Amino acid sequence: MNAADLPATNGDNPDWDSGTAELGHILMPGQLDLSHKVILYLEDITVSFDGFRALNKLSLTIDAGELRCIIGPNGAGKTTMMDVITGKTRPDEGTVFFGQTIDLTRLSEPEIAHIGVGRKFQKPTIFENHTVFENLELAMKTDKRVWRSLFATLDSAAGDRIAETLQLIRLAADADRLAGLLSHGQKQWLEIGMLLMQEPKLLLLDEPVAGMTDEETERTGELFLSLAGRHSLVVVEHDMAFVKQLGGRVTVLHEGSVLAEGSLEEVQADQRVIEVYLGR
Amino acid sequence: MYTLRSLLAICLLGISCAQAAIDPALLRPLADDDSDRRIAAIAALVEAAPEEAQPVLQAMAGDSLALAGERVVVLGAGGRVFDAASNRELTPPPAGIETIGINNRVRRELASALAALRLFSAEREVRWQAAQEVNQNVDARMLPLLDRALAVEKDPKIRDRLQLAHAQASLGSTDAAVRLAAVKTLGESSDPRVRQLLLPLTEKQGDSWREADSAVRAAAGTSIRSIEQRLAWADNLGRAFTGLSLGSILLLAALGLAITYGVMGVINMAHGELLMVGAYSAWAMQSVFRTHLSGALDWYLLAAIPVGFLSAALVGVLMERIVIRHLYGRPLETLLATWGISLFLMQVARTLFGAQNVEVANPSWMAGGVELLPNLLLPWNRIIIVAFSIAVLIAMWAILNLSRLGMFVRAVTQNRPMAGCVGVPTGRVDTLAFGLGAGIAGLGGVALSQIANVGPDMGQGYIVDSFMVVVLGGVGQLAGAVWAALGLGVFTKFLEGWTGAVVAKIVVLVLIIVFIQKRPQGLFALKGRFVES
Amino acid sequence: MRPSPARTPFIVRLGSSFDARSWRLIGLFAAFALIAVPVMHLALPADHPLHLSTWFITLVGKILCYAIVAVAMDLIWGYGGILSLGHGLFFALGGYGFGMYLMRQIGRDGSYQSDLPDFMVFLDWKELPWFWIGSDSFLWAVLLVLVVPALIAFVFGYFAFRSRIKGVYFSIITQALTYAAMLLFFRNETGFGGNNGFTDFKRILGHPITAPETRVVLFALSALALIGTLLLARYLVRSKFGRVLTAIRDAESRVMFIGYNPLWYKLCAWTLSAVLCAIAGALYVPQVGIINPSEMSVANSIEIAIWVAVGGRGTLIGPVIGAFLVNLAKSWFTVSFPEYWLFFLGTLFIVATLYLPQGVVGLWARLRAGRRRGEGAAAGTTTAAAAKGAGA
Repeated sequence: MNAADLPATNGDNPDWDSGTAELGHILMPGQLDLSHKVILYLEDITVSFDGFRALNKLSLTIDAGELRCIIGPNGAGKTTMMDVITGKTRPDEGTVFFGQTIDLTRLSEPEIAHIGVGRKFQKPTIFENHTVFENLELAMKTDKRVWRSLFATLDSAAGDRIAETLQLIRLAADADRLAGLLSHGQKQWLEIGMLLMQEPKLLLLDEPVAGMTDEETERTGELFLSLAGRHSLVVVEHDMAFVKQLGGRVTVLHEGSVLAEGSLEEVQADQRVIEVYLGR
Repeated sequence: MYTLRSLLAICLLGISCAQAAIDPALLRPLADDDSDRRIAAIAALVEAAPEEAQPVLQAMAGDSLALAGERVVVLGAGGRVFDAASNRELTPPPAGIETIGINNRVRRELASALAALRLFSAEREVRWQAAQEVNQNVDARMLPLLDRALAVEKDPKIRDRLQLAHAQASLGSTDAAVRLAAVKTLGESSDPRVRQLLLPLTEKQGDSWREADSAVRAAAGTSIRSIEQRLAWADNLGRAFTGLSLGSILLLAALGLAITYGVMGVINMAHGELLMVGAYSAWAMQSVFRTHLSGALDWYLLAAIPVGFLSAALVGVLMERIVIRHLYGRPLETLLATWGISLFLMQVARTLFGAQNVEVANPSWMAGGVELLPNLLLPWNRIIIVAFSIAVLIAMWAILNLSRLGMFVRAVTQNRPMAGCVGVPTGRVDTLAFGLGAGIAGLGGVALSQIANVGPDMGQGYIVDSFMVVVLGGVGQLAGAVWAALGLGVFTKFLEGWTGAVVAKIVVLVLIIVFIQKRPQGLFALKGRFVES
Repeated sequence: MRPSPARTPFIVRLGSSFDARSWRLIGLFAAFALIAVPVMHLALPADHPLHLSTWFITLVGKILCYAIVAVAMDLIWGYGGILSLGHGLFFALGGYGFGMYLMRQIGRDGSYQSDLPDFMVFLDWKELPWFWIGSDSFLWAVLLVLVVPALIAFVFGYFAFRSRIKGVYFSIITQALTYAAMLLFFRNETGFGGNNGFTDFKRILGHPITAPETRVVLFALSALALIGTLLLARYLVRSKFGRVLTAIRDAESRVMFIGYNPLWYKLCAWTLSAVLCAIAGALYVPQVGIINPSEMSVANSIEIAIWVAVGGRGTLIGPVIGAFLVNLAKSWFTVSFPEYWLFFLGTLFIVATLYLPQGVVGLWARLRAGRRRGEGAAAGTTTAAAAKGAGA
C-alpha cells in the first residue's frame, strides 16, 4: 500500500497527475494519489445482515479513467457494494481505498463525496421542491460548510458552469421549473447533471438508464463515453444493450463476490455466468 | 423443673376439666388496690393454672370480675353470679358485690396474658394469631409460659414465632448467658422489629453501654448484621417484584403500541386515552354490577375484560377509519392528528364522567397478598396484573404468529403493494390491526384501573413511558417491547430506592435519550437494507 | 436564485429578501406596535372608543411572543423537516432565565421581606444556590436567556443528529426531554420555585412591572423581536443555507452524497430555533407575570406545532397567522365555553392535518389561484367565482 516505495509510472493523461506523482513522490494523506493509475481498491469486503452475507470477500479494482460496468442478478450485492464505497454501510471486514492513500472506511458520506466520489441512486433522488437550477447549484463543487452557505452568493463563473451543465443535460429550458415536475427520464438526467457539478473523480451510477426511452438511453451512453478518461465510471446496469454500447470491461457479481470479469463477449461466453443467469 | 410443670400442664389441658378449681388465694390479689400486685397476681395465675385462668381473666378484661366480701366472683348475664375459683353459680347471689375496676396498665397486661393463654388453644389458627400477638409485646415474665407452649407446639411456623418471642423475652434476663443465647437466636430472624430490639444493645447510654456484657454486645452486632442482610435481600426482592409489576403495567401499555407503532408504523398519541377507555369500561362494569348484579359484584372485573377490549378496539377502529387511514406514510401528521384525537377523547371523558377521578374498587378476591417474608408482602392485585400481562402477551403473540390476521398484518407491513397484489385486503387488515392494538390498550386500562386513579387525564401519564418502551425495545419487535418494559420497570424501582421517584424518572428518561444515541434502532435492531428510509 | 452580482453588502441582501409589498406590511405593523399602541393605551382616556385596554396589550403582547416561537418552530419543522415536541422547554428556559432576574428585582418587597426569593425562604434556605449568582444583573439575565437554551439545544441536537435520529423518533425523544425537564422543575429542591415557579414580579430595571409605560415598552419590544425574527428567518430560508436545509428535509441522503454534512446544518437551525424560543420566553414572562413548569408540559409543546400547521408550514407569515388565530380562539373559548376548548383544539389538530396541509396560507393561495383561473376562463363568471372564493 505504500506507494512511496514503488517507482511511480507516469500517467499519459496529465489530469491524473495533478499534485501527486513523480518518482519518489511524497504521500499526502487525504489527497487522491493515483500514482498506480488505480482509483479504487476493494479488498475482501464482507458485509452481513443478520447472518445473510450481502458481500462475501469481494475484491475489485477500478482503474483511473476506466468505464466499468457491473452486472449481476438481483441480490448479487451491487447496491451494497455502492453503499460500502460511499460510506453508507461499513464493511464487517475488508478495506476500501480511494487511490493509494485514502481509506474510505474511515470517512463519512459527506467526506467521501467531498474527496470526489459521486453517486447516482437506483431511484432518481433529486430535490423535488427546488428548481432544476437550484438542484445543480446545491451540487456544485464548492465549500459546503454551514458558515459559507449562510453568506454564499453565486459568482458569474459558477453561473456559467451551471448553464453549461444545463445545456449538457438538455434541461436549459426547464431551469426554473420545480424538479419534482420533470419526467422520469429528465430526473435521471438531472441527477447525472448534479453528479457532474460535483466534479467527482469517480462516478458510481446505479441503473442510470432505467425508465429512459431508447433515444435517451443512447444519449446517456454517449455522455458517459465522453466522461470516461477524465472521470472513472462504475455503472451498474441490467440493460445489456446499454452495457454493450458503453463497451468497457464488465464485472459479474454473484452472491456477493466477483464471478467473472472481462469484455462483454468474454463474460457472456463464460459458462458460470450463463448458469447464474439461466438458473441452476 | 420446667419440663415437670409442662407435663403437668399437658395433663391439665388433656383433662380440660371445667370443674377444676383454682386456689382462691391466687385469685384474691387480683382485687388488690395496688396495680403492681394485681399484675403480679395475673402472672402468677397464668403460671399456676393456665387453662382455668382464661375465663377469669377474660371476665376481668370485660369488667365483670367482682369482689363479694373476700370471695372473687364473676358476674354473668341476667344478674347471675359465679364463684371465680370453682366456676359454680352462687344462689342466692351474695350481697355487697364490688366490681374490680382496672386501669390501662393492667388492661395491657391482661391482653398479653390472654394472648399467651391462647397459645394453648386447640385450633392452629388461634395459636398462630396468638404467637404473632405475643411477638409484638413480650417480656421476661412470659418466659415460663412460652417454655410450656414451646414444649407442646408442633407446628414449625408457630414454633418459629414462639422461639423468637422467647428470645426476645430472654433479653430482659439478668443472666448474661441467657441473654447471649437469646441474642444469637434472634440473629435468625428476618423481622425488622427484632432489629429494632437488638439495636439498643449496641448503643451507649451516656458513658456506659446499655448492655454491660461485651460478649452479648458483640453477638448482638453480628446478629444485627445478619438480620440486615436478610432484610436487604427481602427489600431487593420486594423491589424487584414491584419493578416487575410496574414493568408489566408498562408492558400492557406498550404492547398495543408495539402493534400500532412497532408493526404498523403509526404514531398514536391517543394511546393513553385508549387505556383510559379501558379503565372507564372497568368502572362502568362495576357500576352495572353494583345496580343489577350486586350479588356477583366481585366478578365485575371478569366482565370488564371483554368490555374494555371491545370498547377500546371500537374507538381504535373509528380512529383508523376516520383519520389515520388518510395519513399513512405521513408519520408527523399522524402524530399531530392523533394528539388531537387524544384531546378530544379526554374532553369526552370529562363531559361524560366528570373531571374528577372515579372510584374503582378492587374485588375482594384481589385484596390482601402473599407474605413471603415478614417484610415482604406481595399484593394479590399486582400478582394478578403480572399474570394478566403475561396472558395478554401470549395471546398477542399467538394472534400475530398463528392466526390468519397475524399473517396478513405481517405481510402488509413487510410489503404493502405486494400483499395487495396477492389478495390481502390491506385496508381491512389495517383497520383490524389498529383495532387489535387499541383493544390491547383497553385491556391495559382495565388492569390499570385496579392500581391507579381512573380519570380523564390518566392516559397522559403513560404516553411518554410507553413510547419510551417501544423506542427502547426497537420497532417491530414484540420481544424488544417485553424486555424493555420489564427492564425499565425493575430499573426504575431500584433507582427509586435511593434517589426518590421523581429523580429516578428523570434519570431513566435521560439514560434512554443517551442510549438511543448509541443504538438508534433500539435494543433489538433489525439490520439490513430495509432499515433505512 | 439566479446569479446576482457577487459581494453585495449583507445588509442590502437582508433588505432585498422581502418584496415591496411585504416591506409595506412590516412597516405598517411596526407603526402600529411602536406608535399607535402606545398612543392608544397611554394618551387616550379609558372611556375613549379607541382606547386599548391593559387586557388587550397583555393578550396581544403574549401572542406576539407565541408568534416568535411559531416562526422558530417553522424554521426547523417547515423548512428543516424536524418536528420538535420539546420547544416548550426552550421557551420556558428563556422565561426562567429572565424570571430569575425578575425575582431578584423583587428585593425585600416579598411576603417574607428577605433578600432571598420567597420560595427559598419557605424552603428554609439560607443563601442563594450557585446557579443564582449574578441573577440580579440584567445583562447576566440576558446572557442566561441566550446561552443556556443554546447550549442545551446544541448538546442535545449534536448527539441526536449525529446518531441520525430523525422523524418521529426525534419527536418522541424531544418530548421525553421536555417531560424530564418538567419533572425536574416541579421539584422544590431544583431551586426554581417548584410547582409555583416564579410570580409576583414587582420591577424590571427599576421600573414597576405593571405600569402602563412598562407594558407598552414590553409590547413594542415583542413586536420588534417578531420583526427581527421574521427578517432573520426570511434571510436564512432564501440563502443557500435555507436551500440546503429544505434539501435535507426532502432527500437527506442525496444531500450527504453531494458533500454536505447535514449534522451541522440541522444543528445550526435547531440551535437558532431554540434561542429564538428562549427570547420569546424571556419577553413573555414579564408580560404575563408568571412562569411555572407547566410551560414545559408535553401538551404545550405540541400546541406550538398546531399554530404552525394551521397557519401554513414552510411559509413565514403562516406561523404568525396561525399563532394569532389559535390563541385568539383559545382566549375566546376559555372565557366563553371553557368545556368546548379541547373539543375545538382536538378538531383543529385533525382538520389541519387532514384538510389543510398548507395551512390557511395555502388555502388562501389556492382560493386566489382558483379565482384567477376562473377570471381567465370566462370574464362573465368572475362574480360567481369571487362569491365562491369569499364564501369558502
